[in-house]
Amino acid sequence: MTVQVDSFPRAQVARRRRLKWSHVEGYFFVAPFFVGFVLFTLGPFIASLVLSFTSWGLFGAPKLVGLQNYQQILTNDPSFSTSILVTLYYMVGHIPLAMALAFAVALLLNQQVWGMPFFRTVYYLPAVTASVATAILWAWLFDPTFGLIDQGLALIGIKGPNWLGVTTWAMPAFILMSLWSIGDMMVIYLAALQGVPQNLYEASAIDGAGRWMRLRHVTIPMMTPAIFLTLLLQIIGSFQVFTSAFILTNGGPGNATLFYVLYLYQSAFQNFRMGYASALAWILFVIIMSFTLFQVWLSRRWVYYEGEQR
Amino acid sequence: MSTLTLANPAHRDVPKWTLRKIVARVLIYLLIVGGSVFFVVPFLWMATSSIKAPGDIFIQPPKYLPYLQFQPRWRNYVDAWNALPFGAFVVNSLTVSVTATLASTFSSCIVAFGFARLRFRYRDALFVVVLSTMMLPNQVTLIPLFILFKYLGWINTLKPLIVPTIFGSAFYIFLLRQFYLTLPIELDEAARLDGCSSFGILWRIIAPLSVPAIATVALFSFIAHWNDFLGPLIYLNDLDKMTIAVGLQFFKGQEASDWNLLMAAATGAVVPIVVVFFFTQKLFIQGIALTGLKS
Repeated sequence: MTVQVDSFPRAQVARRRRLKWSHVEGYFFVAPFFVGFVLFTLGPFIASLVLSFTSWGLFGAPKLVGLQNYQQILTNDPSFSTSILVTLYYMVGHIPLAMALAFAVALLLNQQVWGMPFFRTVYYLPAVTASVATAILWAWLFDPTFGLIDQGLALIGIKGPNWLGVTTWAMPAFILMSLWSIGDMMVIYLAALQGVPQNLYEASAIDGAGRWMRLRHVTIPMMTPAIFLTLLLQIIGSFQVFTSAFILTNGGPGNATLFYVLYLYQSAFQNFRMGYASALAWILFVIIMSFTLFQVWLSRRWVYYEGEQR
Repeated sequence: MSTLTLANPAHRDVPKWTLRKIVARVLIYLLIVGGSVFFVVPFLWMATSSIKAPGDIFIQPPKYLPYLQFQPRWRNYVDAWNALPFGAFVVNSLTVSVTATLASTFSSCIVAFGFARLRFRYRDALFVVVLSTMMLPNQVTLIPLFILFKYLGWINTLKPLIVPTIFGSAFYIFLLRQFYLTLPIELDEAARLDGCSSFGILWRIIAPLSVPAIATVALFSFIAHWNDFLGPLIYLNDLDKMTIAVGLQFFKGQEASDWNLLMAAATGAVVPIVVVFFFTQKLFIQGIALTGLKS
């Protein structure tokens, strides 16, 4: 059918033109994103790099200072090293606990028992709660005299600490609070659990595998893509903790909870050191990118994708 | 294969209530209920604190049960409402959340259609660009954006919170594209033969079939904007311009020790989202599952 039509040169031209139009149409459809991308992502992204080589307090013109910001941050800024250590402390405490808890909860919520949708909702609810409300609520829970946690501890004869008031307990308090909002991770695990092919369990049961063996050798290997995804998201998220720190402690006591983005915010919007804060932002970008790439590289050793050729 | 799938339901039809099974079930319930304490009790504590009189809240040991142990003081909600312009906060939050949700959902639908259903050169490379913006920590662009909006005179208005959403959001584009890809391409081909334009296909065929996905995206967007904190914190200065999230934080700074009023305000801010979530949780959970599985 097409052979005949194509033999007419005019039709050929028309066809080529139509092909081109369909391309143009495609660009037309995706254009809104790219207009926004250039204006609000790419432009600011480059501007932030340029700004990081300047010294600027919002008034007057930015002054070019070369690598001075980076030099000062990396060699002569105790707050920077503190904020990195604080963030790492949080990461090391939060990530394994939160992942283990979310995994355990997902296993539990994957059981087929009556009333499950209700329980899933209950476990998920903290994740849709505004982080500001969460922070204010936990500030009250952590209150050393009238807070629920220390009053509860008093019931069993333990004198609870002044969680947010002393340097040793502030970070554990943040980690405890972070375990409350694991809903997103839990749902990802739940979906992954439901995606494990049932015949694998049947086959392993025939081979005589018990509950634990099935978890260890079927469930967990099949869930590695989900575990990998959540690990990546948690690492990125740990570097971006802001709201809870801003509201609960504002970095205190004594910089014990000076999270990286909080320090960045203070540099930019309280001390108005725009160039310096931009350098901090770029260092954050480089750190997150390296962690991500490292994880992706590492993932080849332990993540199993179904249907993948090895 | 067929014998295996046939054997399964027959197997399940006979419930064997062995002692072992009953014990296992009781254990599961105990664990689920025990675990939910950690997730529920903070909410209950917030709700009961919000209706306590000052004399009932600062007391050891605490009183837990309204009416039985303490007389609820519903006036806390009125007092909290009147302490700050919460009416304005709600209007601002609704303005931002509703317009931003409509705008970003609409644009994301169109862009996702381009990526899922149309062919053009560099399409996949361009889609990688979309995905890469999801990985970019938004703190990197924060300062230049602030300067840009300051230069445009948009500081202390809701524009910085709304205008960028007009161009769609990478995450929603990704989600919608994944959903569009599951629809058979024959639908488009048939419509095109009938003389339907690409916009027509999106509007008459793809969008109606994607209502669950679009609703999920709208829901994500609404909640994200309602709960957003850093944006409003940076761009809004005047009290009557603030959204509920920053208003709440401001309230905490002001009423540092009136925990009953603070809890009333926090409860008030959380309840709308909880209600929305209760009615839409299925969509919500499907949406998260979609992102988790397909990436």
